[in-house]
Formats: sequence, C-alpha cells, structure tokens
Amino acid sequence: MLKDDTLANVLYVDLSKKQFWVEKRPNLFDKYIGGVGVGIQLLHEECPNGCDALGAQNPIILAVGPLNGLFPVASKTITLFKSPHSGNLGESHAGGRSAIAIRLAGYGAIVIRGASEIPLYLTIDNNQVHFRDASALWGMRSVITAGRVIRGKETAAGFRTIMRIGRAGEKLIPYAGVATETYRHFGRLGLGAVFGSKKLKALVISGKGSLPVSDPKSYQKIYDEIYQAAVNTSAMKKYHDLGTPENVLPLNKIGALPTRNLKDAQFEGASQISGETFAEHYLGRRLACAHCPVACIHLAALREPYGDEDFFYKTSMIAYDYEPLYAMGPMLGISDARGLLKLLEKVDEVALDAMSTGVILAWATEAQEQGLISEKETSGINLSWGDYTSYLKAIPLIVEQPNDFYQALARGVVHAASIYGGMDFALAFGKNEMPGYHTGPAAHIGAFIATRHHHCDNAGYSVDQKVLVKEKLTPRELAETLLKEERWRQILTSLAICFFARDIYKPDLVSRALQIAGFDIAPEDLHRLGEEIHSEKYRFKFREGFSLDDYHLPKRIFETPSAVGVLDEKYVRQTIEQVKQILAGRK
Amino acid sequence: MKLSVVDTERCIGCQSCMFACSRLMGKAGLSRTCIRVRSAGGMERGFVVIVCRACEDPPCAKVCPSGALKAKKGKGVRVDLTKCIGCGNCQDACTIGAIFWDDEADKPMICIHCGYCIKYCPHGVLELAKLEAGHAKR
Repeated sequence: MLKDDTLANVLYVDLSKKQFWVEKRPNLFDKYIGGVGVGIQLLHEECPNGCDALGAQNPIILAVGPLNGLFPVASKTITLFKSPHSGNLGESHAGGRSAIAIRLAGYGAIVIRGASEIPLYLTIDNNQVHFRDASALWGMRSVITAGRVIRGKETAAGFRTIMRIGRAGEKLIPYAGVATETYRHFGRLGLGAVFGSKKLKALVISGKGSLPVSDPKSYQKIYDEIYQAAVNTSAMKKYHDLGTPENVLPLNKIGALPTRNLKDAQFEGASQISGETFAEHYLGRRLACAHCPVACIHLAALREPYGDEDFFYKTSMIAYDYEPLYAMGPMLGISDARGLLKLLEKVDEVALDAMSTGVILAWATEAQEQGLISEKETSGINLSWGDYTSYLKAIPLIVEQPNDFYQALARGVVHAASIYGGMDFALAFGKNEMPGYHTGPAAHIGAFIATRHHHCDNAGYSVDQKVLVKEKLTPRELAETLLKEERWRQILTSLAICFFARDIYKPDLVSRALQIAGFDIAPEDLHRLGEEIHSEKYRFKFREGFSLDDYHLPKRIFETPSAVGVLDEKYVRQTIEQVKQILAGRK
Repeated sequence: MKLSVVDTERCIGCQSCMFACSRLMGKAGLSRTCIRVRSAGGMERGFVVIVCRACEDPPCAKVCPSGALKAKKGKGVRVDLTKCIGCGNCQDACTIGAIFWDDEADKPMICIHCGYCIKYCPHGVLELAKLEAGHAKR
C-alpha cells in the first residue's frame, strides 16, 4: 500500500474503559488488502476461543478496503464478530455511506471492545471518538426515529454514516440487524444483538479526507472505465432498473421460489409482488450508496388512510429488495403487495433481519397448521398463509417475547423447532435461516458450506441455473465450483466492492485498480490470497465448532422438487464430503 | 456558462459529482469538493445539492477584507489565494452554504463552474447553463 495512505490506521475503541487509540498496521493491510481479509485477522486477534457472543469479550470489527473512496461501486463495509445466532463466524456487509465515511475519516478498520454499562452512541470524527449518552434513545419504538434524532444532533450531513440498532438489537434477538442510512442493513447473523449487548445504540462516523494514488493519469483512466461500465453497459442494468426484485418472476417460472415454508416452489401470487408490479404501482424513489451511480435501492411509497378521521393519510417510504420480499412474501403465502410492504416496514422499524424473521414465521405457521402449537402459544394469533395481519401482530411479539413460545421464536427457527418439533421443516443452514432460492442442490449446499451460510458467499443458485440445469457435475466438480467462487469473493469483500459489480471487477481490473492504491498483486496471486482468506475464515469456524461431518439438513429441501428436479440427498452429502476433502488439502 | 442544478428530485445521492470535483482538484476522496449532496432530512425525502449559483452580486465577495474574492460575471467568484487571509467571512456570508473549506490550506474552496461534475452525474441533475439576463438561474 502507499506510504501515506490512512488505510493502515486501525481505530480501537474500548466501551468498558471509554477509551480510544489508533494503531498503524501497514503489514496487516499489505498482506490481506483490507475488508474481510484484514477483518478476519483482527477477529482472530480479538475474539477469545469459545467466548459468549453476547458478552463483553466479543469484539465488533468494521473494515473497509483500499478501493473504497477511490473507485465507483466500492461501497461496502465489512463487519466481523462472533454471531449470537449461529454461535460461530459472524460476518455482515452493508453499504449506504458507511464505507466512504470510515475510509475518509482516515481508518482502514475499527475495533470495538468491551461493553458499556449505560446506553451509548459513538461519534467518530476529526480523529476523535466521542462517547454520547443514548439513554433517551434506548427503547424507542422505531429505528427511524432514533436515526432522525441523531441526524439533527450531529454535524457533517452528507459526509457521515449513522448505523443504529432497533428494539430487536436492544432485546438481544440473535438475528437483529443494524440499519445504516435507514434503508441499508447489516442484516444477517445478529450484529444488532452484539451492539445491544454492548449497550451501543448507534455509531456515527464522518469523514471527508483525501486519499493518495500512485499514478493520477492511470487513476482517472481506470475510474472512467469502471464508471462507464456501471452506468452505460448491461453489467449492472438489472440492479438499477427493477432492482433485485427482478428475480421474483424468473425464479417463480422455473419453480425455484420458496413458497409457504417451501411446501411449494411456485407461488400463484408471484405476479402481484413482482419487481414489475412494485415498479409500476409503488416505486417512489431510487437511492444510491455513496460513490455508486447505480442506485439499486428501491423505495416504495405506500399511502394509507389512518381510518379514524376523514382525509387523513400517511405516506411511508419502504425499501424492498428480493430477499426480504421472498421471506415476508411467498414464504408466508402473501400476495397482497400493500400487506407485504407493511410487513417489511414492521421488521425494519425494529431492525430485525427480514429473511430470518420470515422463515421463522413460516415454520411457526406450518407448526400451527400441524397442531404442534396452538393459539395458546401464539397468544391467540391464528398464523395463516396469506394473512398478513396475523404476521403484523406476531412480529412485535417476537421482539417483546411475552411467553415461552415467542422467546423461542426470538432465538431462531432451529431453536424453536428443537422445543416444539418440526425440525424437518425448520429451514436453516448452520442455524441461519435459508435464502430465497430453491434452484437446485448447489443453492442449498452453497448455503450450508458458505462461511456465512448466505447465498451471496458462493452463488450456488447461479450454478443451478446456469450449469446444473443443462449438465450434471460430479460431487467433486460441484464442490470445486462453489469453493472457487467463494474464494474469489473474499477478494471482492476485501476491496471492498459491492457484489452487484462483480461482473465489472474481474481479476485483471482488480489487479490494475489495486496498483493505483499501491498494491502490486497479479491476478493469479489474487486467487491465491482469496483462498488463504477463505481458509482463515474456516479456521475460525472449525475453532468454534462448525463441522462438515456432523450436520443437519432440513428434510424439506429434499421433498419439494426444485428447478432442477427433486434433490438427491446422497449427492448433496457427497458434495459436502468433497468440500471437506478440498478444505483439508486432499485430492 | 454556469453550473446549474436542474432538478434535485432526480438526484439519487450517489455523490459521484463530489468525488469528481475533488478528483479534478487533484485529490481522490472528498477533501477538495466544491459541491455537496446531503439528504433533505432523511434520504426518503430526497437530496439537497449545494453548489455556488454564481450570484449576480455575490455577498461573499462583498465581505472579503483582503480583496481576494472577485466576482466574475456569470461565472461565480475567483479566489486569489495569495491575498486570502482565511478569515472565513465569505463562508459566513454565503446564504446557501456553498463556500467550502480546505482544512489543510485553511482557505475557502468555491466552484469555478467548469462543469466537470456534470460528466459524472448519471441522471442529469446538473447542467451548464447560459446566464439569463438580469439574474442568476436557480
């Protein structure tokens, strides 16, 4: 890296002692670039073996990379922590203005240690960290209101990020997320609960510094190449037109849209909640993350009468993306677009992970249908497919946990099923509730072997749709395909660019862009480094008890035919065995 | 020609214009930007684009004690950094907050209406417009 690049600065904040300091770690960044590469090393340093994920010992690591602030669509912040949800590696990414703010505040990473005894929020600016009392924000019903208060109180509008938790994080729900700039989320694996366990309500970071480049002329040339590709080619068109909900209809057509807790893989109401329908009737505004000209963030404008007075309305702006739509829509049998938007608003208000919440409610609905639970458990709610009002009532109860049943739901679908039964249809991998793809074996194997148990890790759904639909792969071939993709993506998340720009940021371009930031890494060496970073993440996972020998796969995925037919459990398990062999370095 | 904000409702808040401005001034990042995009009180309400609008009779130039700021007809003002004493009067006088500050040099930074940022606006929020007779365009 370049000598005068502030990327090497790691900011340490101790919430117990209310102290902060900066350490220069150029070797760490030189070796692992930034983002997840650096973050996983810091997690190894900071997170004691077997620590309580909701204890003061669990650190929060935020890391950005050399391309943030330099090039378009390098817009992601990577967070690492021990997940209270999976009890293992926690990693979550988000954009908004977070990455630019951290990078231009002059940091490559931020490490948050300890826990406060009173609610706090942190303001990080001008080489300072201010510890602010958040008692008045704690317990606030809506995360949007909390954000509004902080926005008014702090300076540097336009140059800052405001990450904050909602009631779900405060209540330590292990799938609570962190909202940033209201509409983006560190959604998965419970970063919100880790914030909550530290009594950390919010993080405000602002920065508008400058960054060195190795060669201004080449910098401008590569900048234009990326900008033009993002704006004027088909590489990212899908994301700025309909956005990720473009997936609804194609996935439904091929029979890959998980519906009613994956009892079906096609949803008769798909056209009513498609990207096209939302664009036509509800799309009210599109937003971008800082330094990304694509604007994939789609906000629906929902106008509703209050009902108690004539001529009295409210209009809410609600973000809709494919994954939350899948989980709160087809998974719950909901085809009423307005009802679906209200559910999305409800989970965002408390900052729960929409995917986990939807899958948990889908399990609960089926459990009630089968008589494993009754209205005694649900506090009188008849959870039923398609009835969004029943789910609107249930979500606040998950947060407030008035009885044993809601306490169980608040700990995830695997935990709830371990108490009430129905493990066969508790749709989770590594305890993380499933993503919205029943495309074939690669999607589910991918989610299971992924270091985050997340579809974005290795894009198994894409292998199903592009490869397995046409030809068979041996277990070894499929294992290699998934691992190759996941290893490459460690580089993308070390830079840290948005996965939506993965068709632009190919190895050759990444290597050239890195040169501008003073990193001399050839494309083939990038692959090697990606493999090493992936191994470092797996080292953490195995340390914390993850196993590729003794694991549970929900039976349901083998029952409902996927887009490439009924899944063969033997093939799935053989592929996982091959993953294990490859990770162990065996041919 | 002067830089003009055509329609803030078209703005997606990507801030590519801000990065472009700073880049043109020789700095990657945002330290040298003379244009600023911030939310209009929550991103759901859209954005505010703050940039010099080339006032006909600019208040910033009127309060400069050292004669460093000179109005250029239809092109805003020019700062003579050799004369500027960094007092900040100009920043206080600008009603719309379009005078930015170079913290390193401790001097003001003001848009020169070159139009470079327009190249990096994906939705036509900005344009270079001829000055209308009599008053500055919005």
